[in-house]
Amino acid sequence: MESPAHPHPAGSTVAADLTPQCVHCGLCLQACPTYIELGKEADSPRGRIYLMQARQRGRLPVAGSFAEHISACLDCRACESACPSGVPYGELVEQAREVVEQQLKRPFLVDALRRYVFGWVFPSPRILRIHFHLLRLYQRLGLQALVRGLAALKLIPARLAGMERLLPDLRGRAAPVELGAIFKSNGATRFRVGLVAGCVMNEIFAGIHHATIRVLQRNGCEIVVPSSQVCCAALHAHAGITATAQEMAKRNIQAFEQASVSAVIVNAAGCGAKLKEYGALLAHDPEFSSRARSFSQKVVDISEFLDGLPALSPPGRLELRVAYDDPCHLLHAQRIGQAPRRLLQQIPGLELLELQYPDQCCGSAGIYNITHPELSMRILERKVEDIKQCGPAAVATGNPGCLLQIGQGLRMADLSHIQVMHPLEILDRAYRSESFGNGRNPD
Amino acid sequence: MTVATSQPGVPRTEIRKELVALLDSERVLHTPEELLVYECDGLTLHSRMPDFVVFPDTTEEVLQIVRLACRHGIPFLARGAGTSLSGGTIAAEGGIVLELSRMNRILEIDLENRMARVQPGVVNQHVTRAVEADEFYYAPDPSSQVASTIGGNVAENAGGPHTLKYGVTTNHVLELQAVFPDGEVYRLGTAAGDPVGFDLVGTFVGSEGTLGIATEVTVRLLHSAPAVKTLLAVYDSVSEATQTVSGIIARGIVPAALEMIDKNTIQAIEAGVYASGIPQDAAAVLLIEVDGLEAGIDRQLEEILEVIGSRQAREVRVAGSAAERKKLWAARKNAFGAYGRISPNYYTMDGVIPRSKLPEVLDRIESLGREYGLRMANVFHAGDGNLHPIILYDIAQDDAREKVMALAGAILRCCMDVGGTLSGEHGIGLEKREFMRLFFSEADLQVMERLKRVFNPDNLANPQKIFPMRRGCGEMSSLSEDSRDRLSRSEEDPEFVRF
Ligand SMILES: Cc1cc2nc3c(=O)[nH]c(=O)nc-3n(C[C@H](O)[C@H](O)[C@H](O)COP(=O)(O)OP(=O)(O)OC[C@H]3O[C@@H](n4cnc5c(N)ncnc54)[C@H](O)[C@@H]3O)c2cc1C
Ligand code: SF4
Ligand code: SF4
Repeated sequence: MESPAHPHPAGSTVAADLTPQCVHCGLCLQACPTYIELGKEADSPRGRIYLMQARQRGRLPVAGSFAEHISACLDCRACESACPSGVPYGELVEQAREVVEQQLKRPFLVDALRRYVFGWVFPSPRILRIHFHLLRLYQRLGLQALVRGLAALKLIPARLAGMERLLPDLRGRAAPVELGAIFKSNGATRFRVGLVAGCVMNEIFAGIHHATIRVLQRNGCEIVVPSSQVCCAALHAHAGITATAQEMAKRNIQAFEQASVSAVIVNAAGCGAKLKEYGALLAHDPEFSSRARSFSQKVVDISEFLDGLPALSPPGRLELRVAYDDPCHLLHAQRIGQAPRRLLQQIPGLELLELQYPDQCCGSAGIYNITHPELSMRILERKVEDIKQCGPAAVATGNPGCLLQIGQGLRMADLSHIQVMHPLEILDRAYRSESFGNGRNPD
Repeated sequence: MTVATSQPGVPRTEIRKELVALLDSERVLHTPEELLVYECDGLTLHSRMPDFVVFPDTTEEVLQIVRLACRHGIPFLARGAGTSLSGGTIAAEGGIVLELSRMNRILEIDLENRMARVQPGVVNQHVTRAVEADEFYYAPDPSSQVASTIGGNVAENAGGPHTLKYGVTTNHVLELQAVFPDGEVYRLGTAAGDPVGFDLVGTFVGSEGTLGIATEVTVRLLHSAPAVKTLLAVYDSVSEATQTVSGIIARGIVPAALEMIDKNTIQAIEAGVYASGIPQDAAAVLLIEVDGLEAGIDRQLEEILEVIGSRQAREVRVAGSAAERKKLWAARKNAFGAYGRISPNYYTMDGVIPRSKLPEVLDRIESLGREYGLRMANVFHAGDGNLHPIILYDIAQDDAREKVMALAGAILRCCMDVGGTLSGEHGIGLEKREFMRLFFSEADLQVMERLKRVFNPDNLANPQKIFPMRRGCGEMSSLSEDSRDRLSRSEEDPEFVRF
């Protein structure tokens, strides 16, 4: 614990030592999903920055309000897109979380579990795979039905039940992409690119990887999936577990350096945002700082990459009404909003619809739906309502967390007929529909 | 009627219990950790924590809280988005802050009669958003409109770039429902517009929360103009820009908006997410908008271009699309918020001068800045002569506060010398109150105070705002000297003492 706050005389002023760029104007308030829900200054970007300043000056202890409001932040970074003064909020909140992580005492069991998950499971693709096998087994054996029954009877804690509910059906999913694999291009090779396999992505959404690979092959790319890559460590950095994040970053940099690729392609917005920030994450590491910077410069989101190609191989016809939803870490962290829309619009027959608030978080935000289930649900409900008003046949969004979250939201609202897809899955379908020639769904 | 009596020394814990009984514990903040963020607003020169922040949902709850406050003689005030630039939401004497952010429902939209009835916590821009599909909008457009609330706008009589043609908030409020410090709810004005009897809406709008708390506001909606044209004129000299302004006004043209942005401000904006391609080496730019019927607007635009042509503008751009227009306005409206790019802190002033004096006053302000060793920036409603000189400073530096206030005084005196006045667009609040004496005589001030006392006899509604402290003329008072405590936060509530 920190030293207790010193008395603060009325009439004194705000410190300018930390976050000096924030001029306390409040223009970011309505960009912030937690402020919109709660209406509390301390759950707004401006308020959180004020708390960081106060903590810095010893006016506020870490435990209590500070830790609570910092952890209730989605890290969606919508405030960065709104802030005229360019406050680097994402960096600030990660710093603040690091402080919380270092100073907060958690109950022993919670702490042990966190250390196991963050320190052992995610950094190792092999251990992660074992866990997903166990989960699949759990679902196959019908244990899920049992647990859900117990949850309904309130025999297991609500938070655990919430976590369990989020678990997608893992049965019958596409097989993960093998690490170390190389995929040849269709026709002449124009680029040799690397694919980021990710952690959850490859276990739950391998289908998106396969779609990505097929579309890239179509467009003259040879794709390498470096074998020694690990999870991107976004979850770690968001949780303030910086040292582990740095170690994992180094392993990824080495893996992709060895693959000698011209671009590092990522199809999960959250991972992409983190990979692009490796330069900052390792800025003070003498051995890695410049390597991290040049690695980050090579990282491109798949939509950015395809949109930047001189000519995209023309997709086939696909009759589909699609609403595009901006993943926060694509729009706010990477400032990519138009590229995925342009890709979708190139598909003949596809009708691109606009949601009213495509730029608002869906409440997924990494593991936010697990740490703050109630608030996450309230934010999700707004998203679902927006989708309902818009009435598409499919929602396209390029991030695994958002795919799961929106999928769950639509199921709960009895809107399961609306598909939730990655834009690349749609593009891939359009390419494959050619051979069917009728513009119908080939699957 | 519940008569308020001041009883110093009511224990905080008792009050807290009563507040929780009225609302619930989730809606009553009382620990210093939670109150901390409410110690200031858009103005960070002063700060003072309230004793409680409460979140009412309904007029009835506001009423009960106000009654409770009055019963115990506790000061209270409302807070919207806390974007006030004059310290309006600072609890100068502690007490209860009623945070109205959750009273954000649009209660009724009546397009036929062109009005909307809203709760006070509705964000300005959300009113327009709710009716724009039908080609209506809410005209007052303070630059803070993406965040500031209708209640806050009413209290401060907010204006904006389009005030030039369409007027300020008071011209767009038809009816108000408000809770007064006597613990009753009143309706002021009528939805039909024309006030019968005294214009109490006019009295309430701009009273900065010192008369009571608005709980419902009926605003006028306007039909969007069929045609709009926006242009940007770029200048290498400030005086050429201000001469253009005088020229346009002299011709009797009333543009919808006529804004000037100076070099420091351009640089702050262009460094950030709202960059819109304004040349960073320009000395000043004018952002001019005309609107109206398709037929008339081209003639207006031509006339304006003629005036511009007669002065030395480096470049003139007419926005080619709605998207381009939007971008230019986003740049202008985010100007205040962008100063963090070039300075740790800034202080916004608010004065009005005759438009013919623009070149002279701007020169004078610049030299005053140099004299006090402080950087200045300017972004303002040139068409109204409504100046917003911005003082850039760093609070970490010794005597920053004193220097800023001294410079501010000198600038206002300069405005006064040319026959100008203190504008109320940003409110007088806490920090501009001493400047009131520059523009009003003691008798003028007293008449206003007497009016305030009619509604707010015990001075519980937002105390210490607007009116100068009764002391030596011209002497700056700081909040710490003025602070009075009406609550005892003693042994009974040890957690509070820690801060
Ligand atoms: C970046 C920026 C740009 C700005 N641009 C402009 C501009 O162009 N034009 C302009 O006029 N102002 C501008 N302002 C100032 C400010 O936004 C306005 O004064 C606005 O009206 C305040 O609204 P708010 O909801 O933030 O009110 P708050 O700051 O929360 O409160 C302001 C005052 O209103 C009182 N109040 C709030 N709600 C009520 C209520 N329901 N009943 C009674 N009293 C109430 C409060 O007690 C306080 O005294 C700007 C501010 C910023 C930070
Ligand atoms: S983060 Fe940016 S937008 Fe928000 S209050 Fe600070 S300066 Fe203003
Ligand atoms: S990151 Fe998102 S949730 Fe956090 S303060 Fe910014 S806008 Fe709010």
